[in-house]
Amino acid sequence: MTFGLDAVTVRYGRQTALDAVSLAVEPGRVSAVVGGDGAGKSTALAALVGLINPADGLVRRPAKTEIGYVPATAGHYGDLTVEENLLFTAQAFRMAPGERDARMNMLLEQTGLQGARRRLGGQLSGGMQRKLAVAMALVHNPKLLVLDEPTTGVDPLSRVDLWRLISQAAAGGVAVAVATTYVNEAARATTIALLSSGRALAAGSPDAILTSIPGTLGATTGPSRPTDRSWRRGAMWRVWVPNETLPDGVEGVSADFEDAVVVAELAAAEVSR
Amino acid sequence: MWAMVAKEFRQLRRDRRTLVMMLVLPVLLLVVFGYAANFEVHDISTVVVGPDAGTMASSLHAPLHVVSVDPSRSESFATSELRHGTAVVGVVTGPGGALVLMDGSQLFSVQTAEAALAKLAPSAGAGGHAMQVRILFNPSLKTSWVMVPGLAGLILVFIGTMITSLGVVRERQAGTLEQLAVMPLRAFQVIAGKIALYLAVAACDLTLVVLVGMGLFGVPFVGNVGTFLLGAALFLLVTLGMGVLVSTLSQNQGQAIQLAFLLILPQVLLSGLIFPVSSMAVGVRWISYILPLTYFIDISRGVMLKGAPIGSLLEPIVLLAVLAVVVLGLAIVRFRRDLAPSPAKGHSDQRVAA
Repeated sequence: MTFGLDAVTVRYGRQTALDAVSLAVEPGRVSAVVGGDGAGKSTALAALVGLINPADGLVRRPAKTEIGYVPATAGHYGDLTVEENLLFTAQAFRMAPGERDARMNMLLEQTGLQGARRRLGGQLSGGMQRKLAVAMALVHNPKLLVLDEPTTGVDPLSRVDLWRLISQAAAGGVAVAVATTYVNEAARATTIALLSSGRALAAGSPDAILTSIPGTLGATTGPSRPTDRSWRRGAMWRVWVPNETLPDGVEGVSADFEDAVVVAELAAAEVSR
Repeated sequence: MWAMVAKEFRQLRRDRRTLVMMLVLPVLLLVVFGYAANFEVHDISTVVVGPDAGTMASSLHAPLHVVSVDPSRSESFATSELRHGTAVVGVVTGPGGALVLMDGSQLFSVQTAEAALAKLAPSAGAGGHAMQVRILFNPSLKTSWVMVPGLAGLILVFIGTMITSLGVVRERQAGTLEQLAVMPLRAFQVIAGKIALYLAVAACDLTLVVLVGMGLFGVPFVGNVGTFLLGAALFLLVTLGMGVLVSTLSQNQGQAIQLAFLLILPQVLLSGLIFPVSSMAVGVRWISYILPLTYFIDISRGVMLKGAPIGSLLEPIVLLAVLAVVVLGLAIVRFRRDLAPSPAKGHSDQRVAA
């Protein structure tokens, strides 16, 4: 069963927070919602898990007992130990003691939190706290795992660990939806919805998004920004034009996924001009 | 320094609730409590019994307000009326003079009644009614005896409203409320789970305060413990419900404290804990009648000091039960809205997949 959003619109009063956004979240796959601050990522995930009711569209999700959710905030209790946090979630989902203990031990091992099982959640490092939150969301074997920016503000090593957890869950048949601001992370997903100001700029697989970018992409060097459609990539400037004619001194390059995300934003701005 | 001052003003301008509290509340409190802060009692319900009840009743005047005259009744009836709270003063007439019984749990009423009877005594004496005054339930008119049962309630208000609201708001601020909303928990279960702890702590506190009051101040506990516990349980449910209600109206702990304070302060001043409810201006008195502490004080003083039976406390018990249903019901409805939003208007469809 595929979960997800079909043309979902969410309004807060007169403000449209999400405008006919679709996202397919399939079992065994990772779907990513990508975008900057205020793009509508959290709103999309909140609609998916039922925290917000959309004004229009269709939301497909399993029963509450089969959803695991990590909000963008802490996602755990700082004044409970790692073990107590997991135990609370397992009990809230009414897991049998035997299954519960086995599952908790497995997740503690997978997250590398065995040694910290008696430490308070608030005393863990940022990365460990997010791992604990993901473990809590996974403890009851959900069919749908929804993670709102699980890696934001987390050190690179912990991010790798977190993505390993997410991949393991997907490999086990869980449908995973992840919101992220990190474009390189989104490229790991099977399906991506690229959001900006509540609208979907692009959707599909990373390859599909890559091949669908309009205009022409180039690269150049220099101290100053070559055009108002340029951005830094390492020591180089990337330059995008909506047509096929690059400015003098700019050489054409192949776009990677990070470029594709920026170009999608620029192209959308171009259309709205 | 000016940068700091300007920043504070800008922040305060955007914190409308605090601004209103700072500007409007003092005036409101001054007006309301100005009318409430009154130790003068103008109406003291009085029963008159005994063979000369009719003559005696006609000689009594304000603030003594005769509510019952029965020549066929005796002292036991008057005592019972005082115990049930029907009257504050009971005058028992007889051949040897009049015995005046007073309810010592009503300090200010007793003081006013004594002053009124002192003025009356010469004329009453002329009619052949020598008066002997006997204070019941609190013979030495000790303030501590009257305050301890009320303070026990005040402590419960503090725990129930302030601490509970902070506990729930902390969950909202930490973002864990969102997680609870996605878990298969009903609003009722979340509330019950949250308040169970505070219920237990408040019960311990109540026991402690009553025992310390009895041990240190010699406050008596002459009534039925079960009646007291029933009243306390209902009262606690109301205060805990108020705590949850406050939390649903607050986004952060600062707002919760402000709102809880707004609910606690009137209970300190308008519940009869300090000022007699009967002395308050009519416009203010109605506030007392919607405050749970008003009814708990009736119950706790009635049971502890007077040994009032449950039958005579039915009114405050029933009213507390009604308040508990209303406040907890409102809290659950609002909390449910936090946990599971009602469907938005439009054409949304939410399909739960098997």
